[in-house]
Amino acid sequence: MNTEDFAFLVQMLKKKSGHVLSPDKGYLLDSRLSPIARREGYGSVEELVRAMRTRPNEGLNWQVTEAMTTNETFFFRDKTPFELFKTEVIPHLSANRRPGAKAKIWCAAASSGQEPYSIAMIAKEEAPRMNGMNVDILATDISDKVLEKAKTGLYTQFEVQRGLPVQLLVKYFEKAGDLWRIDPSLRQNITFRKFNLLENFRTMGTFDVIFCRNVLIYFDQATKSDILNRLSQALAPDGYLFLGAAETVMGLSDAFAPVPGKRGLYVRKDRPAAKVA
Amino acid sequence: MKNCLVVDDSRVIRKVARRILEGMEFDCDEAADGAQALEHCRKTMPDAILLDWNMPVMSGIDFLRALRKESGGDQPIVVFCTTENDMGHISEALRAGANEYIMKPFDGDILNAKFAEAGLV
Ligand SMILES: C[S@@+](CC[C@H](N)C(=O)[O-])C[C@H]1O[C@@H](n2cnc3c(N)ncnc32)[C@H](O)[C@@H]1O
Repeated sequence: MNTEDFAFLVQMLKKKSGHVLSPDKGYLLDSRLSPIARREGYGSVEELVRAMRTRPNEGLNWQVTEAMTTNETFFFRDKTPFELFKTEVIPHLSANRRPGAKAKIWCAAASSGQEPYSIAMIAKEEAPRMNGMNVDILATDISDKVLEKAKTGLYTQFEVQRGLPVQLLVKYFEKAGDLWRIDPSLRQNITFRKFNLLENFRTMGTFDVIFCRNVLIYFDQATKSDILNRLSQALAPDGYLFLGAAETVMGLSDAFAPVPGKRGLYVRKDRPAAKVA
Repeated sequence: MKNCLVVDDSRVIRKVARRILEGMEFDCDEAADGAQALEHCRKTMPDAILLDWNMPVMSGIDFLRALRKESGGDQPIVVFCTTENDMGHISEALRAGANEYIMKPFDGDILNAKFAEAGLV
């Protein structure tokens, strides 16, 4: 691909999804975009990009942006955050919300649903210790495709064997042909909705917990800072933020402080003193 | 170094599993059916057992039930590894004392994930 075409793609992706396409990731283009080129009747990815440049087409830009997202995820990914959700977050919220309250949880890069469903499973397991509190999970992603899959609650044999303990498989899944369907009652606490993290959060409301994991890695420093600062505004003063294992707020946002010794867990710097669970 | 007994009637599967497990720093022994496995365990109890279901002479589930009755037989962490992939088999395995369950086909990622789940790595 020539330099101008590549530069066009870089700029388009940056604007649409915030993704930084560095030259060393150029190899992704062929595998990700060939299916679109073929479907749209172009002879090659080069031809596709050339056409996007010369004849602007929002629909096509969008398809390409979606195809360039990496949706890798699995149940209870990295374990620790989910342990901390159970041992730190739930006890704190149960003690500091009025009985019968709904804890609002935002899963801000939910991909095909493994993360929100993992949260829902923990909430169900912990229900007897939650002081009547319920969870309300908003699961958003920029990609329609992964959200459609998330909504079906259907996973392959491979997917249910990555990160999911067999006891939870037995408890919360049933076999559906070659696939496994997650217990629809878990689905009831989750709303799946398309949302781009570059957009304004004002319509989102305030959350007690935000999971924003393994998505900041795709953005540049300025975008990371901006999203983190805006997330702090969408978080209750005593709320919690979870980031991915390779992500941090260090040098990016003064609004959050890491919780010492609790990897991946952050709180607002202006957090008020809380009742202890 | 922990050791793992690989129980499968297919030599190919034993070899594949062994290669992955050795990469995970396990010392491996092999058995081709449940009876051989039981004999092995009576001499030395392994830390982990990767266990096929359908095998000649003695099946994996019969072996597991026998193992859990042996003295020290409650010690090994047992991970089933079988083409049986319905809920009935999985539940039966758990009731018989299996710690984890792998549905074939498997690869290094799944083996690693499941051994981690079972607290072996
Ligand atoms: C690698 S997955 C991480 C999934 C999950 N949070 C986890 O940790 O396993 C990253 C997800 O972020 C989504 N994503 C990328 N850019 C986004 C944006 N600007 N707004 C919302 N979601 C985005 C992608 O579609 C993808 O599903």
